Amino acid sequence: MTNPAPVAAPARLAEIEAIIAAHLWREGPLLPILHDVQAAFGFIPSDAHAPIAAALNISRAELHGVLSFYHDFRDAPAGKHVLKICRAEACQAMGGAAMSQAVLDTLGLDWNQTTRDGRVTVEPVYCLGLCACAPAAMVDGKLKGRATAQTILAELSA
Amino acid sequence: MKIYVPRDAAARALGADAVAQAFAALGHEVIRNGSRGMVWLEPLVEIAQGGVRRAYGAVTPADVAGILAGTVESLGVVEDIPFFARQTRLTFARCGVIDPLDLSDYAAHGGLSGLRRALDLGPEGVVDEVKQSGLRGRGGAGFPTGIKWETVARAAGPQKYIVCNADEGDSGTFADRMIMEGDPFSVIEGMVIAGIAVGATKGFVYIRSEYPDAIDVMTSAVKIARKNNLLGCVLHSSHEFDIEVRVGAGAYVCGEETSLLNSLEGKRGVVRAKPPLPALEGFMGRPTVVNNVISLATIPVIFEKGAAHYAGFGLGRSKGTMPIQIAGNVARGGLFETGFGMPLGELVNDIAGGAATGRPVKAVQVGGPLGAYFAPEKFDTPFAYEEFDGQGGLIGHAGVVVFDDSADMRAMARFAMEFCAVESCGKCTPCRIGAVRGVETIDRIAAGDAGAIPLLVDLCETMKHGSLCALGGFTPYPVMSVLTQFPEEFAGHREAAE
Repeated sequence: MTNPAPVAAPARLAEIEAIIAAHLWREGPLLPILHDVQAAFGFIPSDAHAPIAAALNISRAELHGVLSFYHDFRDAPAGKHVLKICRAEACQAMGGAAMSQAVLDTLGLDWNQTTRDGRVTVEPVYCLGLCACAPAAMVDGKLKGRATAQTILAELSA
Repeated sequence: MKIYVPRDAAARALGADAVAQAFAALGHEVIRNGSRGMVWLEPLVEIAQGGVRRAYGAVTPADVAGILAGTVESLGVVEDIPFFARQTRLTFARCGVIDPLDLSDYAAHGGLSGLRRALDLGPEGVVDEVKQSGLRGRGGAGFPTGIKWETVARAAGPQKYIVCNADEGDSGTFADRMIMEGDPFSVIEGMVIAGIAVGATKGFVYIRSEYPDAIDVMTSAVKIARKNNLLGCVLHSSHEFDIEVRVGAGAYVCGEETSLLNSLEGKRGVVRAKPPLPALEGFMGRPTVVNNVISLATIPVIFEKGAAHYAGFGLGRSKGTMPIQIAGNVARGGLFETGFGMPLGELVNDIAGGAATGRPVKAVQVGGPLGAYFAPEKFDTPFAYEEFDGQGGLIGHAGVVVFDDSADMRAMARFAMEFCAVESCGKCTPCRIGAVRGVETIDRIAAGDAGAIPLLVDLCETMKHGSLCALGGFTPYPVMSVLTQFPEEFAGHREAAE
């Protein structure tokens, strides 16, 4: 689950329109639309704002309010690999803080940053439900239990 | 011979897919069941032969040939493993036993018999049965489920909804995830029965995006249920019901029911003031039942075995069983379903074997990031709603996170405030501003300013009484529990500085 390839603007608009149309029958279609747009492009491109707002009869300010509220939605593409490391209590109890610090130090990053070569983005996540096999991480959508800095870094270079 | 290798996310995170592939490569068919909940043994492979299922774990692909040849030692019959044998499995009776997406396997293990009985009882009879069972909201609030259903049943509206809250964000909890991945039809059956009770024809399952496996299994289960008339025209009766699976977008506060409803409607997941209750004005302003996954997944067994049977377990007003999740620094972590009332210390030390590191247990946090820390002095507290409340804590969604003596309790108190600041929806001031000030105040105390301790206590009081929802309102629980039980950790740096 690495990022999708960039799509040119006109083709992108057509795809955005198709995604909107596919969800308009729902009650409260905004989140399903945004999830699909992000799945298609890896982020929510700014040229998606106007058609979504128009189709749902909401202002662009309201749309911005939703986009900025949820941690999942990006306004720019992430790195080639997305690494999410759990920061919550159960993982802390198993040395999660030291493990994530070691990963961040090796990559030269802080939370929510991307390596300069665009290879890896590291994000915090608050619980993956793997609390009985902590610490936990997710590499490009793949879950890792009893994660160590070594296994995570190995997965990233694979 | 049948081979079971769990498809549960925790099993997969520990390598279950590679194990399943190794069996397949040797020409064997593998059933991908849910997890039995003994996570420290995952991937836990089961070989069914001669009417018993023998367990092997934790299995690596290298063990597979030996298991088939009989040269790898078994852990014995799954149900005889002490951690499993000591449980009372009602909600999780089928989890790990059946193929999660095989509806006939589900029916062969008691599934759908509750729904058939509910259809016979009719709406009022269904509400009465749930009230008789004593079932209380398993998401954490502990509100009587039957009363909630009755309120929605009596409310007038052109359309009513059943919303399954699967936004299980509390650290240390994974029961919702496990049941959705291991027995999704129980959630669907529970929602259908709720629909019959209140006159709702539409349901939503709102699953957090951090649970990709649960989203996949629930989505497939809904399709299968539609195809087999569990959804649609319910078992060919006069009742209609359909379910839509929705995915969250990474916001802890959306586990709060009103914020979840706003999110479903496509808005910011901001908390709504109550009243109006969601039961009267919920999704799209219409009467809505919002129940936790475990509450709904427990409904079928209540109807299958009868309310009296269910209510026969438990302690005082905490009736029935609770799937307790034991996690963090623990030797035998996993899901342990038992009647309410087991002392906390028995769970931590006896059942779960204490800390994984072998060091002394220093504290356990019960009920997620908003739950209090319990030092061993309080380990005789029985696991039940009122009993935990009486100790300044809460059972929440029944997650128990164990810490050994290396834990920095002041850092954990600071983290509680930091987490609240990150996840606050911003609607009410005590939570939005209080959490930020809380982090600053704990840092001041850490730097040696003991005069800031009363300030922290005062701030916690304000957040507790002034916040709109449990995020701001309960964040003081972990903070105050550390302050009262581990005061020396708050003073430690000051002495070092002097």
